[in-house]
Amino acid sequence: MTNMSFTRRGVLGAALGGAAVMASGVRPVFAQGAPIKVGILHSLSGTMAISETTLKDVMLMLIEQQNAKGGLLGRKLEAVVVDPASNWPLFAEKARELISQHKVSATFGCWTSVSRKSVLPVFKELNNILFYPVQYEGEESERNVFYTGAAPNQQAIPAVDYLMSKDGGEAKRWVLAGTDYVYPRTTNKILEAYLLAKGVAKEDIMINYTPFGHSDWQTIVSDIKKFGSAGKKTAVVSTINGDANVPFYKELGNQGIKATDIPVVAFSVGEEELAGIDTKPLVGHLAAWNYFQSVKNPVNEAFIKSWKAFKKNDKAVTNDPMEAHVIGFNMWVKAVEKVGTVDIDKVIDTLPGIEAPNLTGGVSKMLPNHHITKPVLIGEVRGDGQFDVVWQTKDLVPGDAWTDHLEGSKDLEADWVTLKCGNYNTKLKKCG
Amino acid sequence: MLTMRFLKLIEGRGLVFLAVLTGLMLLVPIGNLAFPPGSPFHVSTGTVVLLGKYLTYAMLAVALDLAWGYCGILSLGHGAFFALGGYAMGMYLMRQIGTRGVYGHPVLPDFMVFLNYKELPMTWWGFDFFPYAMMMVLLAPGLLAFVFGWLAFRSRVTGVYLSIITQALTYALFLAFFRNDMGFGGNNGLTDFKDILGFNVQAQGTRVTLFVLTCLALMGTFIVARVIVSSTYGKVLIAIRDAESRTRFLGYRVEHYKLVVFVLSAMIAGVAGALYVPQVGIINPSEFSPANSIEAVVWVAVGGRGTLVGAALGAFVVNYMKTFFTTGWLASYWLFALGGLFVLVTLAMPKGILGLYDQLRGKFSKPATEPGREAA
Amino acid sequence: MRILALLRGIGLALCLALVALPAAAQDARPLPDEIVTRFLADSFGDTEAAIGAVAASGAPQAADMLQALGDRRLFISASAKGLFYRDGAGKGFDARTGQPADVPADASAVRLNNRLRGVVQAALGTLTLLSPDPVQRLRAAESVFKSRDPAALPAIEQALARETNARIRNVFEEARAAIIIADTKAPEASRMAAASRIAETGDQDGLALLRQLSAQATGNLKSVIESSIQTIERRQQIRQAGQTVWFGISLGSVLLLAAIGLAITFGVMGVINMAHGEMVMIGAYVTFMTQEVFRARFPHLLDWSLPIAIPLAFIITGLVGVLIERGVIRFLYGRPLETLLATFGVSLILQQAVRSWFGPTNREVSAPSYMSGSFEFIGLQITYGRLWIVVFTLVVFFALLLLLKATPLGLQMRAVTQNRRMAASMGIRTRFVDAMTFGLGSGIAGIAGVALSQIDNVSPNLGQNYIIDSFMVVVFGGVGNLWGTLISAFTLGIANKLLEPFAGAVLGKIIILVLLILFIQKRPRGLFALKGRAVEQ
Repeated sequence: MTNMSFTRRGVLGAALGGAAVMASGVRPVFAQGAPIKVGILHSLSGTMAISETTLKDVMLMLIEQQNAKGGLLGRKLEAVVVDPASNWPLFAEKARELISQHKVSATFGCWTSVSRKSVLPVFKELNNILFYPVQYEGEESERNVFYTGAAPNQQAIPAVDYLMSKDGGEAKRWVLAGTDYVYPRTTNKILEAYLLAKGVAKEDIMINYTPFGHSDWQTIVSDIKKFGSAGKKTAVVSTINGDANVPFYKELGNQGIKATDIPVVAFSVGEEELAGIDTKPLVGHLAAWNYFQSVKNPVNEAFIKSWKAFKKNDKAVTNDPMEAHVIGFNMWVKAVEKVGTVDIDKVIDTLPGIEAPNLTGGVSKMLPNHHITKPVLIGEVRGDGQFDVVWQTKDLVPGDAWTDHLEGSKDLEADWVTLKCGNYNTKLKKCG
Repeated sequence: MLTMRFLKLIEGRGLVFLAVLTGLMLLVPIGNLAFPPGSPFHVSTGTVVLLGKYLTYAMLAVALDLAWGYCGILSLGHGAFFALGGYAMGMYLMRQIGTRGVYGHPVLPDFMVFLNYKELPMTWWGFDFFPYAMMMVLLAPGLLAFVFGWLAFRSRVTGVYLSIITQALTYALFLAFFRNDMGFGGNNGLTDFKDILGFNVQAQGTRVTLFVLTCLALMGTFIVARVIVSSTYGKVLIAIRDAESRTRFLGYRVEHYKLVVFVLSAMIAGVAGALYVPQVGIINPSEFSPANSIEAVVWVAVGGRGTLVGAALGAFVVNYMKTFFTTGWLASYWLFALGGLFVLVTLAMPKGILGLYDQLRGKFSKPATEPGREAA
Repeated sequence: MRILALLRGIGLALCLALVALPAAAQDARPLPDEIVTRFLADSFGDTEAAIGAVAASGAPQAADMLQALGDRRLFISASAKGLFYRDGAGKGFDARTGQPADVPADASAVRLNNRLRGVVQAALGTLTLLSPDPVQRLRAAESVFKSRDPAALPAIEQALARETNARIRNVFEEARAAIIIADTKAPEASRMAAASRIAETGDQDGLALLRQLSAQATGNLKSVIESSIQTIERRQQIRQAGQTVWFGISLGSVLLLAAIGLAITFGVMGVINMAHGEMVMIGAYVTFMTQEVFRARFPHLLDWSLPIAIPLAFIITGLVGVLIERGVIRFLYGRPLETLLATFGVSLILQQAVRSWFGPTNREVSAPSYMSGSFEFIGLQITYGRLWIVVFTLVVFFALLLLLKATPLGLQMRAVTQNRRMAASMGIRTRFVDAMTFGLGSGIAGIAGVALSQIDNVSPNLGQNYIIDSFMVVVFGGVGNLWGTLISAFTLGIANKLLEPFAGAVLGKIIILVLLILFIQKRPRGLFALKGRAVEQ
């Protein structure tokens, strides 16, 4: 880069390098050896900042805690924070910067599917590790990515099963409402196939898509109400994303749709989202996650305590993607300790099989398909913005990269240990 | 003789600009390919990609400056033309993936497989054929600009009104491309490209080639734009910018002049988008977002409107700032810096960086490069 | 009045007697231990059984207990092996005896799920049908309508005989009809009569009930039910049209509210104010802060926080507006397109400033009681929140109109924007008027933020969602014309809602945008263009 110092761009380029030095070299050196760098790739501005900023903070806290324990391999961990600003091409640019300029040993980041898709080629090309902490639509398994959030079989399907059960109200008619992007599209496709297989009639399923940030829900909520008055118990499965949820729930509350009449189960609404709503009219509506803040066990209580202390805010809430980062980070630490190096290929090969405690009292395991085992919990909204766990799977559910409920992915299988392939076709007996 | 005319056409600062671009075009590939990593002369692939991205932005800025700086058409929808060109290229690249998609479908891109498409939608036909895709890179933005411009200029929609409806245009496209039913990949857009014309898009050689092509395209754009603005036609454009009604009364068909420059500008933006996509590796509807288009306008304003060189410079400066400020502890403050820059430029440097430079050198630019009056 | 009080007194006595009647003999006896142990087990199955037992026990505290259970105020304590509840005011009771008692520290609320919540409501419905509180009676009748528990029939008959409130009477009758029609053992004739009764006044819930039954019914009953369904459906269809128009009006009022401040800063002053959305956002954050103060200091006055937030938001955002005008805009008059760039920068700064201070996440602004829920009006379901916003928008609109047309300041504002030099030579302090006008536009945007905090996210991104729509509204209506803005907002709102059922939310919006672009070709200066030479340059 420095060869261009005679051009104006070269000066800029040199300054760019300077920024890297500035970001890395300010703190005192730890123990022996250079610090191990960990990339944090979460939007701190723009539309996604609302969800991603806390994930950056939780990573900073975990790294701080690890350093207090003596770092990793006797070396200090150092966070490199970048802001991809909710801008998808910028995600790719920043990923490249993290890997090739800052030489990070692993990156924790992304929220939306498109941001993950945008950085994927970079991680593959430069061979690095990404831990992706958010529930997503599945249909992917890459060598360089570890998916610590839920796959559809760890969230959507158990939630529907619950609603069909006696305790869930034996729903017979379904509204699948979502924001128009890939995660809801795929999840609803899977759910539709699943419901049809369970004997639900086609006319008993209503699918509705709205744009991002949709704020006028009057018509749709009244449609749901109408759809729900056909004499069969109706439930809503909501894959409505982020910002659109608050007006949606406000409208539900105002139009008097109570959970006892038409329960809404959401996959993208957690403690963080509820913090922005008065939840009293919403009591009884549901969410399906792999973690709730209200889960009672010593590990979780310790985590909540340190989180509140870290944020210096007694009202700070924890949520599912945060837990995913906790699990992912601990797995990475264990893998590095086990193999004794941060060498990317060795860590990637070591990670499958590594176990780390989750915050719900169990021990999650990294699977050969780079997804993890998780419990599935159904929570009911309480008046104070928290959830009551009303149902939970007995065992941990292994994440399934390729769903069995879609035509295209039925025959695919991911296994990076024996098959060394993310999309092995079991019918054709070949990879890809 | 010809050389003399050329030199006169380009002007001094244009020559510096072309020289810098030529330098970049030659030195960056050498630094990247000839020197091994670790050598002080090595240019990392990351830098090549980054510079390439800036150059496509600079092209968009020059295109916008042509319409705004010289003809007073403030388009808040140029991002749409950029994105359309990008999508045309993206569709070609998607078709090149062939059976290497995760589902291994021979024809359909991955997103169509999991959305249960049975066959390729008509909009995608022909995109596996490179010349057709390149034609669409020009045609899609060009046609849209033609239809839109023809309607708008004929009914004399000007000034703020025009700006607002161009914004409506890009916003409508933004919403439309978000819809998965459109068949363009929805929010995830098009990504995971494999090759272009048989070359691996991630290979160093391909990247460097794309970079060189982008340099050439920017130089070409600049020269074409200079030729236009120095011609008689360009003089009429400036007249329209400064006094539209008067120009019309003098007997010029104002709407024709505007339409031509608008369509040309849209096509250049489309080419910029087409070069942008293989280098960045993704195209998604957020490129249509109104804020992106406004930002492009800001680049032009920052660099100096009505100067062409300034537009490119502005694109570089603002985007470099973005890269610089979004890392490390600065990350939480970069919007302050960006916002502050915009305010500062409009207040303190109404003629942009180039204008400031001229002022500092104590010689004021010619009236032709002065930002003209707008419809108030 | 006195007669009414007397009647109420008699009703109360009767009702107490009735509730107490089965329990009279065992008045002071505590609840059976079995109920307590079942609650203590904290499994949904046990809780369900326990609820049934409580309802059947006839204990005087049964209704209070179930109410508490529904509101998460019923607690189990492992240490005391006991069951406790708090009343609405927070006073503790031992559920076993119904006597006041302290709730132990380790007590945790009994968990419910939706099925149990339904069971609680049904049980509570039967127990509170004779409550002296009309709101409770209404709620009881509604839950009986839903549970259709034949056991509640005698209580309904009793309650019906005494009910004087016509609205509650109607619901009681519907509930009775619902029980009868759902009871397969009831005589067919009375079931048919019940079906017709539901057809008379039934709404969506009635429709749901009838549809459910028509699948099982046979013969005459089936045909009566079918015709009843048709009656309700016909009525619903007419309502549907009205409902759509109402939704459109409501959306239009939101658009108008968001755009009206812009109609001043952009429409009147010609500033392409990209920071307008952020003014709305600041208004919403002022509301949030006001509510926080009320929550902490005067929780009993929480309902007043919104009316108080309105002037606060106006003043604070107005001041921010004046600051922006003095600091930035005043250097840019006559260069509208450059105001766009500068205000875009300002908007980025404001967004990030709010993000740094308040954090990027949503903030909670709760709805005051008078803005929660909904009511029926000639068959239309109208939510209070939306109604208030419509009313509020119109008030703001006309107040602004009055200000511009009937006050000296308004006159000066119009004078300055129409001909700055001439106004200055007439002795108007143009700079002052500029600052005031921009402050006014911003202040109104702030007020809009107060209202929008009720229906949308209070987050740093709030303004972004409205800025484009606001510009469309102002441009469509004709820049510089407040009436145009009004008509344009409602036209766009209603058109959007009319399209939504056919085209879907996204496509509907796209169609509106395309129509708007085409419309501007037809009338390049909007619906109501200012006439005269001033518009040419």
